[in-house]
Amino acid sequence: MTPILTVERLRVEIPVKAGLLRPVRGIDLALSAGETHGLVGESGSGKSLTALGIMGLLPRRARRSAAQLRLGDLDLLPLGERAMEDVRGDRLAMIFQEPMTSLNPAFTIGAQLTETLRRHRRVSRREALERAAAMLARVGISSPRTRLAQYPHQLSGGLRQRAMIAMALLCEPRLLIADEPTTALDVTVQAQILRLLAELQRAMGLAILLITHDLSVVARVAQCVSVMYAGEIVETGAVADVFARPMHPYTRGLLSAVPVPGKVKRGEPLGTIAGVVPSLVGEIDGCAFRTRCPAAHDACVRPVPVRTAGAGRRYRCHLSPGATEAPP
Amino acid sequence: MTDDALRATIALPHRLRHGGFVVGAAIVGFVIVTALVGPMLVPHDPFAQDLVNRLVPPMWTDGGSAGHVLGTDQVGRDYLARLVYGARISLLIGLSTVLVSGLIGTTLGVAGGFFGGRVDDVVTFVITCRLAVPLILVALAVVSLVGSSFLVVVVTLGLLLWERFAVVARATSSQIRNLDYVAAARAAGCSRGYILLREVLPNILNPLIVVATLEMALAILLEAALSFLGLGVPPPLPSWGLMIAEARDYMFFQAWVIVIPGLALLVFVLGINLLGDGLRDLLAPESRA
Repeated sequence: MTPILTVERLRVEIPVKAGLLRPVRGIDLALSAGETHGLVGESGSGKSLTALGIMGLLPRRARRSAAQLRLGDLDLLPLGERAMEDVRGDRLAMIFQEPMTSLNPAFTIGAQLTETLRRHRRVSRREALERAAAMLARVGISSPRTRLAQYPHQLSGGLRQRAMIAMALLCEPRLLIADEPTTALDVTVQAQILRLLAELQRAMGLAILLITHDLSVVARVAQCVSVMYAGEIVETGAVADVFARPMHPYTRGLLSAVPVPGKVKRGEPLGTIAGVVPSLVGEIDGCAFRTRCPAAHDACVRPVPVRTAGAGRRYRCHLSPGATEAPP
Repeated sequence: MTDDALRATIALPHRLRHGGFVVGAAIVGFVIVTALVGPMLVPHDPFAQDLVNRLVPPMWTDGGSAGHVLGTDQVGRDYLARLVYGARISLLIGLSTVLVSGLIGTTLGVAGGFFGGRVDDVVTFVITCRLAVPLILVALAVVSLVGSSFLVVVVTLGLLLWERFAVVARATSSQIRNLDYVAAARAAGCSRGYILLREVLPNILNPLIVVATLEMALAILLEAALSFLGLGVPPPLPSWGLMIAEARDYMFFQAWVIVIPGLALLVFVLGINLLGDGLRDLLAPESRA
């Protein structure tokens, strides 16, 4: 089966006063149909810029380069702005973090949904409305016809996120990039939205790139996970595998920072990772995590090897698994 | 309050519960209707002189006659006819000036706010330059150089009064540029031009409409000032400012010749401002049903 999304050595570079900011430093990703791939990392690790890089929506000063960037059979690298506009919203869709501001307050839900559809498909206004209503029903919005005539401010956060999902999926994209889709929602609504995404994915054979800093969200819906640190993917593999046996000290640090009821005793301090993400201006020699790594040693200043551990499981670390389990 | 009266108050469309808006809309509506159909209803010609019946006072004062409801001016022209015809001039000046200045200011402001960077630097510089220009002085200079005509007044005022449009459009569109729904529109494959027209413009329209009303009032006042100085619309066109100017010599003997056009100007400008304030309150998306 050909993968839906193939990303090889994607880089994003932004010239700034201090030099060349390099927030994405050569990442690889591969998603196949029906797969949810979680991309996790702390703020400033380059997750969102990776997504914008794939979408071709980077800030104007930013430069993108990659060895490969394909959506199905389509090579996205040589496409100009016009050609990308045709791809975006059609085969490639994205939903954002803030449902409260992701809809245009000046138009009704119906107007916004049909615009997207009529932009990419030759359908009549009537048919577009018909399909918009059907899609709203599909994302679990009751009385969709009434909702179509309403303005965004009349909808709750959960409903708006459902409407956003409906808008993103109207043209039946192959890949959905979800940038922190549930961060701004309360926990119960969050669970509903995640369940909805999973259902739609199964029905439509959609590939989802789920960007989040919430490991529990990844654990719940994703099959694969990539952990990003300082613009690089430091560890990738199947979710169950990575969460059960984290190879990279950073992954281990992230996991220990999550409170698990029953496992972490009350009053016991959660794990933290001291320090902050290093400056992303210029090249980073050796391991970017060594300044914060509890297991760092002399070898960490040298270029980092990519190690494999089982099928689809890769991580970037100088330490062998045995050594990292008992840091010197 | 009885139950019925209470229910009526609640059922009243919310627009009608905004006092300022209602009064302003009534005044502006009245002036528009007057400007459109008034000249057809008034029996006299605003340009016809009648040197026998000069400075006839309004009909409700001593010596007034029912033939001239508001009296006549210093060359015997019917004051009501001139006032009604003047409403047309004021309205036309106000609307066309706002059209010209709104177009210039909004284009500049949206370009600067949305694209940012160098474009914004240029726009900001142009706005600053415009703010440094003394308005009346330049208007006077241009009109006295080119000669006064309706078109010259409109173009001059239009080229001078755009800076508030630009400032407001720039500030609001640079806010909107960073909002998620613009990002979402780009993610849905919308082009920049489409986003400007469909995502940015509709959402900065409300403050711009308010600016438009204020600028319209200002344009009407400026035209009156220019006419008063003899540099606005040329006589014998009955502009309100010109009427005030012509009445200046008689104000100590026949106060009504200056009070009537002055009052008309005051009430109209007040009405426009009330309307603008009302629109600002009512156009917020949250108040839409």
